[in-house]
Amino acid sequence: MKYGVNEQGYYGDFGGAYVPEMLYPNVEELRQQYLSIINDADFKAEFDQLLKDYVGRPSPLYYAKRYSEKYGANIFLKREDLNHTGSHKINNAIGQILLAQRLGKKRIIAETGAGQHGVATATVCALKGIECVVYMGEIDMARQAPNVSRMKMLGAKVVPATSGSKTLKDATNEALRDWIANPVDTHYIIGSVVGPYPYPDMVARFQSIISSETKKQLLEHTGKELPEYVMACVGGGSNAMGMFYHFLDDESVKLIAVEAAGKGVDSGHSAATTFLGKEGVLHGSRTILMQTPDGQVVEPYSISAGLDYPGIGPQHAHLYKINRAQYASVTDDEALQAGLLCCQLEGIIPAIESAHALAQLEKMKFKKDDNVVICLSGRGDKDLDTYIKYFNY
Amino acid sequence: MGHRPWTMDRKTMNRLNHLFDTKKDNLLSIYYTAGYPAIDTTVDIAEALEKAGVDFLEVGFPYSDPVADGPTIQNSSQQALDNGMTLNVLFDQLKDLRKRVTIPILLMGYVNPIVQYGVEAFCKKAAEVGVDGIIVPDLPMYEYETMYAGFFKDNNLSNIFLVTPQTLPERIRKIDELSNSFIYLLSSSSITGGNLDVSDSIQAYYTRVKAMALKNPTIIGFGISDNATFTKACEYANGAIVGSKFVKLLESENYMDQIPDFIKSIRKGS
Repeated sequence: MKYGVNEQGYYGDFGGAYVPEMLYPNVEELRQQYLSIINDADFKAEFDQLLKDYVGRPSPLYYAKRYSEKYGANIFLKREDLNHTGSHKINNAIGQILLAQRLGKKRIIAETGAGQHGVATATVCALKGIECVVYMGEIDMARQAPNVSRMKMLGAKVVPATSGSKTLKDATNEALRDWIANPVDTHYIIGSVVGPYPYPDMVARFQSIISSETKKQLLEHTGKELPEYVMACVGGGSNAMGMFYHFLDDESVKLIAVEAAGKGVDSGHSAATTFLGKEGVLHGSRTILMQTPDGQVVEPYSISAGLDYPGIGPQHAHLYKINRAQYASVTDDEALQAGLLCCQLEGIIPAIESAHALAQLEKMKFKKDDNVVICLSGRGDKDLDTYIKYFNY
Repeated sequence: MGHRPWTMDRKTMNRLNHLFDTKKDNLLSIYYTAGYPAIDTTVDIAEALEKAGVDFLEVGFPYSDPVADGPTIQNSSQQALDNGMTLNVLFDQLKDLRKRVTIPILLMGYVNPIVQYGVEAFCKKAAEVGVDGIIVPDLPMYEYETMYAGFFKDNNLSNIFLVTPQTLPERIRKIDELSNSFIYLLSSSSITGGNLDVSDSIQAYYTRVKAMALKNPTIIGFGISDNATFTKACEYANGAIVGSKFVKLLESENYMDQIPDFIKSIRKGS
């Protein structure tokens, strides 16, 4: 693949495995084994089976008629919100639990922001009867309380991250520390296309099911495999990378990634990484991150906990730098309005994360016959409180 | 104490090389965070540590997301950042520090602030203000070797690599090749601030490393907190580093008065 990772774990200038020696053996074990494990026939069979029977894949590619009329193009929604556990996160969690089993790991750790990845991880651990510890920022635990309860019901231990900003980046730090302390028996299920190599590539491969299905489904709908536009929201960037993956080499397809501008890109309360960030190292990879001139990581802000992250995955940083994908940003207000519009036009309550991608529709100039695929990465049940407060329902 | 102030040719040896040439056993290093407990305490603490007989210093520059550190050092880093510590401030302080302190100085910190400063500029500035070596836990060997080693060499700075109980022998050999002052042996695979692991498997690891007869001296760190753990570490290595335990001492009001006794207690027991 032209835009894939090289042998050293880099996408152009970005990637690598910037981990302390204490994590080197863990990461090296994964690096040496991940491809042979996930390309193994038994693994593939079990992965496909679980995605079909347990997750409910393929997720539909839905032709959104009223959206299409409104925006003057053929708008398709890739319905990851219909997956078991309510988002695309389960695709990766299934892949990594099967990998962890084959590596002989007895314990799983994970970080979570909105709680979607935590719930997906707790779910697959319950499925396999494996011990599960999820790190979650103390502030996120308060704003995503139902997901904390879901994880507990599923048998996971949820540990609050109380350092730093008490959000996703700190939960990630705590999970990394746990992994340092438990290097042999524990597998760390990273939830996005971030972290040291091979995680960004591994997670992208597990999520790439989104775009491989989309190609087939689009062919059925339109007689063509390739759309004009593919759009997705980006926090760390896993749903976007899954949505882009099989379109990367098709240069005619315009890839649009939508970041969270929070209260506005220049408001000081934003998570629009490509607009505000610079190159550097975060959570084990060279990428673009929001930081001070002295290289201290800046606390991001977004109303959407799943996009409230100061970096993006290294492959996104590469696609941004070489202009293969366009990076846009959408504010809290625009996202919430787009979420409500989706309810009223299409009868779908989207996650606020996904609503960021939908909000970008307002800013696009389509031609009448353009086919546009948007990844509806998650459902909005977890965000009802936020919607209700915002709109006074 | 006892070794002469460093006067060697800067182009061939730094103060660390000189120290390890002249002293082989019971080397004691102390880690502390620059700008903690107050922004202007960096120099005074260094001077007190040298007077108390510490062999070399490890000065931490703070980072917002120190994944290899436990709560004690992370809190000191956050406090130092709140106090206004930056690399520029630290380099200014080190310039003054070198007028008063002669023992070798290592800077320890995470890679992102160095990348922002510019790795080449960082190495140049560090050497200019009298730094002898750098420890960057999250700078991988591959990136060091392929991108940065030249900057270290040009400025006669030692890059210090970490070795853990899980590091395989061939990797230790490679680290030995790339090192030119000492190798930092972690007493366990853990973050800072834990207890010294004295299990059979850990002792077997020290013995295994010792038997490799590496060209570089070794110093043990993580979990060294008193005379017993220091003495134990010195059985297997050329010396040891005390970090979290000392940073904890800095939390007390009259820490400057306590430094001599603290160092004495590590060296000789109390």
